[in-house]
Amino acid sequence: MSQKPHLIVVGNGMAGCRAVEEILARDPNKFRITIFGSEPRVNYNRIMLSPLLAGEKSFDDIVINSEAWYADNGITLVAGDAIVAVDRAAQTVTSASGRTESYDRLLLATGSDPFIIPVPGKDLPGVITFRDMEDVDKMLAAADAGGDAVVIGGGLLGLEAAHGLALRGMKVTVIHLMPTLMERQLDEAAGWLLKTELERRGQTILTQADTGEVYGDGKVEGVRLKDGTEIPCSIVVMAVGIRPSTGLAKAAGLDVERGILVDDHMMTSDPAVLAVGECVQHRGAVYGLVAPLWEMCRALADSQTGNPSGYTGSVTSTKLKVSGIDVFSAGDFSGGEGCEDIVLRDATRGVYKRVIVKDEKVIGAVLYGDTADGNWYFDLLKKEENIADIREALIFGQAFASGGALSDPKAAVAALSDDAEICGCNGVSKGQVMACVAGGATDLDAVRATCKASASCGSCTGLVENLLALALGDDYSGERTVKTMCKCTSFTHEDVRAAIVEKGLKAIPEVMQEMSWTTPDGCSSCRPALNYYLLCAWPAEHVEDPQSRFVNERMHANIQKDGTYSVVPRMWGGVTTPNELRAIADAADKYGARMVKVTGGQRLDLFGIKKEDLPAIWGDLNAAGMVSGHAYGKALRTVKTCVGSEWCRFGTQDSTGLGIKAEQMTWGSWMPHKFKIAVSGCPRNCAEATIKDFGVICVDSGYELHIGGNGGIHLRGTDFLCKVATEQEALDYCAAFTQLYREEARYLDRTAPWVERVGLDYVKKRIVEDEVGREALRNRFLYAQSFLQVDPWAERASGKESFLHEHIAEIRPFAVVGGAA
Amino acid sequence: MTALSALRIADHDTHTHLDTHMIADWLDIGTVDQLPALGARTLPVRGGKEIAIFRTANGDVYALVNQCPHKQGPLSQGIVHDTTVTCPLHNWRISLIDGHALGEDEGCVPTIPVKIDGGRILIGRKEALQGMA
Repeated sequence: MSQKPHLIVVGNGMAGCRAVEEILARDPNKFRITIFGSEPRVNYNRIMLSPLLAGEKSFDDIVINSEAWYADNGITLVAGDAIVAVDRAAQTVTSASGRTESYDRLLLATGSDPFIIPVPGKDLPGVITFRDMEDVDKMLAAADAGGDAVVIGGGLLGLEAAHGLALRGMKVTVIHLMPTLMERQLDEAAGWLLKTELERRGQTILTQADTGEVYGDGKVEGVRLKDGTEIPCSIVVMAVGIRPSTGLAKAAGLDVERGILVDDHMMTSDPAVLAVGECVQHRGAVYGLVAPLWEMCRALADSQTGNPSGYTGSVTSTKLKVSGIDVFSAGDFSGGEGCEDIVLRDATRGVYKRVIVKDEKVIGAVLYGDTADGNWYFDLLKKEENIADIREALIFGQAFASGGALSDPKAAVAALSDDAEICGCNGVSKGQVMACVAGGATDLDAVRATCKASASCGSCTGLVENLLALALGDDYSGERTVKTMCKCTSFTHEDVRAAIVEKGLKAIPEVMQEMSWTTPDGCSSCRPALNYYLLCAWPAEHVEDPQSRFVNERMHANIQKDGTYSVVPRMWGGVTTPNELRAIADAADKYGARMVKVTGGQRLDLFGIKKEDLPAIWGDLNAAGMVSGHAYGKALRTVKTCVGSEWCRFGTQDSTGLGIKAEQMTWGSWMPHKFKIAVSGCPRNCAEATIKDFGVICVDSGYELHIGGNGGIHLRGTDFLCKVATEQEALDYCAAFTQLYREEARYLDRTAPWVERVGLDYVKKRIVEDEVGREALRNRFLYAQSFLQVDPWAERASGKESFLHEHIAEIRPFAVVGGAA
Repeated sequence: MTALSALRIADHDTHTHLDTHMIADWLDIGTVDQLPALGARTLPVRGGKEIAIFRTANGDVYALVNQCPHKQGPLSQGIVHDTTVTCPLHNWRISLIDGHALGEDEGCVPTIPVKIDGGRILIGRKEALQGMA
């Protein structure tokens, strides 16, 4: 046994683990450490449960301390076994499973419990709180089952829950007892703006609504308000507030009021017992936010390692980051004697700013719509700085108020104090970022990996980059280790896609606004990518932006080097008819095709067609029953087949028939890049299925499915995915794989580099092993297809977007002939 | 503005052909709203070089000869962003303002002066007819 004193931490959450991290940072050999947690998992970022619910993050994304962290630091983690009793006399704790351990120091970090309002029906199945992973899982299950949700509580937590559930497809009603939303953080004006915006997004917000009961027979069926109003629903989320979890401390005989009483060094009434986080009460205050927790943990670690600093309480600020709605508040905004308000409203931008000043100091701020200066106001507030000199310009923000000197962003961050908060999500101060840079993190990605600043929501990325520039001077090149989408943004493809879903962004300008694009309307790389990501995320609602399509997709034909186009009608599975061939021949004659070529994908290509003639030739081909072959698109191209068992003496299955079915299922689908399918009727593989994105090789006993192949510059043979028994399964796996690729590959990645990046095992896990997931992917694909399978040629032939094909006018010798005005 | 009536050298309803070189330095080719935002349309010049008319996000209109200085790609079919068009053939970026290739590439395409009057697009006659045989 070790001679080191034994520190037992009760609570494997953000406070408990942060306290341990702080102690280890000061003296890694001080304690032998055991952490008990009631949840059966490692420590994760609880404030990121909202993005998890909204589908923006996975559990792995929000893990703070992985298993390796516990192992590397010699920490014993007992997860899923809560401490149920403390014997202070014997200095032991006992867990639910009966395990007893003795301690030299005990740290209580039990956090808080959700408050359940005591109404009839509160215990019905379907009443959920929003506190941990289990709650999120329950909400996700409810959302999958469909139906309506009621969220009780219009505070930070309730609104984030409502937002997540709405994004998961539920119709959401928020019931709030008070007249305005988030009344503890927002004033009336900002609360109203917030309510209006949420209602615009389809949520029902009932304020001054008092819950009478939750009703239902054996499970939740609805909520009845005290005024008799009934709101039917399948789940109720109780998010009215949290209470310090003090049961264990109280039973152990510690001094407890609203929270566990602690001194400035986080010591309870028993010197061997410490406490931090939401469970404590310090100088009369309890906190339900993350920032004070970091400060408490620092003070605790300082005193435990012989260098006591003391915690003096926190001034808190709040940022709501749901739905791309920016809300910030800090300090006191209730007004009163001697308080003066400075207010700025900009209705067209949807901005409301209010700074409350007393005795020439900022004492509070409420910002809606533009929260960029939130940290600055918060810093002024905490520092109690005299603002008399900048009062006139205060409301316009830091850059303006500092008279231009600070409009240089580097100067602006240089002016921040070391303990100014940079990253609210992860509680990282300017000093910590600078220390992290001094410790060798010389680019944004290293900073994100080391101290986590800007790694969560990313809204402080610019600040972090300015700090890097400030610290490194000319040595900072701004280069990234991860690849951003293009030069217009600091975000990766994955970041942007996640934000589109999480923030509900529906249009390219909206994405550029929300993610702070550095160019006014993007570039020729990001615009087509954004257009694709939007259409993939919102199949039913997406509005095409033809000007963000590469020419071939805008014109639905392939541009050639002389500016004419080539036209390829679809031939299902490579099968044609004499009638189709006659129509193609006639069209070739009529529109002067200078070459007719058989393509590698088993169809015919007509070359040399003029832009103006495209709608007419498409009309002619439509009349013979043919549609666009999408030979020009980042889309399903062809399904190549051999003749299979119908004709071939070696054929084992009807490969032609399966190919036609596959093409009928997948045509019209837009993809990150071109996508080719082939079906071979036997292992001789005449259709070359092993260099396609999705290939099927028929064998006597079924269908071998292959993925991730392509010809081209970097020839790549397919990987074998799995074998299935029936034609229907082959089609279902094809749909699921296609959708996985559509949803997760970066724009302009073909399946080959994508599969190499994520690994074959990952694809197998999603498509082969996860039956439920596969079915869901397949269904999402077919749902998207119900909107995409519209022949673009028919639309153009009937006159849609004719301006793309007609000249605006024509200049003849000495005259101009106008197009239709 | 007084010359405006004389500038209407084409009657857009009747397609009357009018003699141009007698009367105007500017050719009226249509209205701004005939151009898609962030897009372009073409203006063939019989016996001369086709012109591309561009419209940016904030509604400014520019005219270039519709040929990339690189391999004569039709610039009108490129993606317009800010005051730039990216050629659809090989992604050269061409400034709409002065016709110069941007970035590493070198080359220049002739520009045609444009002015907007009452929502109508007027382009410089002399430059538009340049290159005519």
